[in-house]
Amino acid sequence: MSVPEGAAPLPAVLRPVAGLGRATLDVVQSLGRFGRFFAHAVAIVLVPPFKLGRVIDRIHFIGSGSLTLVVLTGGFTGMVLGLQIFLVLSRFGAEAFLGPAVALSLIRELGPVLCAVFVTGLAGSALTAEIGIMRISEQIDALTVMALSPTRYLVVPALVAGIVTFPLMTAIFDVVGIFGGYLVCVKLLGLSAGTYFGEMHTFVDFSDVMVGFWKSLAFGILVPWVCTYKGFHCGHGAEGVARATTQAVVLSSVLILVADYVLGSVLP
Amino acid sequence: MIRVQGLYKRFGPQPVLRGLDLEVATGEIMVIIGRSGGGKSVLLRHLIGLLRPDAGAVLVDGTDITRLRGVALAQIRRRYGVVFQGGALFDSMSVADNVAFPLREKERLPAAEVRTRVDEKLAQVGLQGMENKNPAEISGGMRKRVAIARALVTEPEVVFFDEPTTGLDPILVNTIHHLIVQLHDTFRFSAVVVSHEIPEIFGIADRVAMLHDGVIVECGTPKAIQASENPIVRQFIQGDVEGLGADGVLAGGPR
Repeated sequence: MSVPEGAAPLPAVLRPVAGLGRATLDVVQSLGRFGRFFAHAVAIVLVPPFKLGRVIDRIHFIGSGSLTLVVLTGGFTGMVLGLQIFLVLSRFGAEAFLGPAVALSLIRELGPVLCAVFVTGLAGSALTAEIGIMRISEQIDALTVMALSPTRYLVVPALVAGIVTFPLMTAIFDVVGIFGGYLVCVKLLGLSAGTYFGEMHTFVDFSDVMVGFWKSLAFGILVPWVCTYKGFHCGHGAEGVARATTQAVVLSSVLILVADYVLGSVLP
Repeated sequence: MIRVQGLYKRFGPQPVLRGLDLEVATGEIMVIIGRSGGGKSVLLRHLIGLLRPDAGAVLVDGTDITRLRGVALAQIRRRYGVVFQGGALFDSMSVADNVAFPLREKERLPAAEVRTRVDEKLAQVGLQGMENKNPAEISGGMRKRVAIARALVTEPEVVFFDEPTTGLDPILVNTIHHLIVQLHDTFRFSAVVVSHEIPEIFGIADRVAMLHDGVIVECGTPKAIQASENPIVRQFIQGDVEGLGADGVLAGGPR
């Protein structure tokens, strides 16, 4: 908002207040744009024509591209968890609970969160950069003037792909993590395999799996939403794309943790 | 066909268009000339509905497109073809897929017919044998020609060219200009060409409009423009640096 032409300048003492007001309006407007962007995508997600080819391409882009990273990080997360929890539990002679402790940590909390953060860093940033480059090279404008909806081509497929891939990637992260914990606890530290896996059956409930599933689903919507939004609204030139990519990763990561807390409080 | 009435647009404190009026008749090639950064592309983006003015109207066959949204605006755009300054080719697709894209997505034609029309359009712009190339693998001039083929493949009523020859060598500039005239003679579309290629652009225009300081200062046939006594027009077409202010702005424009 600019000062209307011809209006008297504000007294110096009121300028910080005006600045605060402008900043508040900017934030509210940005939130409004952010919400409207998502609402527009949701409104057309079930309206034909469906871009199945684009959805499959995005699933490959997010899922297949991140698979190696998810397996690698999942395995090491499980190994670190196994080692650290073993060191704590062994002080109390409670090593029998190592398997459930590793599994519950991964399934309820670390699996969905870490997987989402890693996929954001890899696929989310690439998504923002790709759409940002399409924006600055007028490819999005080209879609618009062809009377085609850029949201339908670029946002909806990414959202659907996020909904499909994030729970699957999280499941892979959890399984590989539990196996990583098994390698450290059973093969390295000498715990029996029966103890490691047996207690899991006792303590890990289906509701725990569902908590992880709902979280991963929420992150699967959140990350493509943020990343496509930032790409769509990137600034000018290479610098604009670079800034949008950084903002997408930072904002996604923060929102993942916020949503994790909220869902962790709400879900059983 | 297209009438622009009293178009105003400012970006922040900077006014770009200041009550601009322009009329483009059916079937003519209207060339808009003016200095770089003078608002030619901004005007074009208003004509294709990518920008909304602060005030004024863009009438297409009597319908003010600045008030349209969604499906109604899309229906107007279906009559358009646009060649962007950088081509705006989809870099994830081959040349043939770029040209086929509007046919597949907008007209949903059978694959065989799409193929035929794509081959025909690529032949018309002299790009046979380039079908499977990626846009990154072809030259700037070829990219412009692919963009022209893509804009024309749906046989639009109006084609907008945003500086179609920027960055090309003089031979390619003439090649693209001849191509525009040749395609115009074949398909009889109306065309709005934004350019500052003086004097080459006079060879293709039916009428030329000089945009300066946010308004059209002169509009007429190429001959009339070349014979104009308006000092701004004379200075621009002669490339005369005399009369430029310290900021490089031509003197004498409306304020």
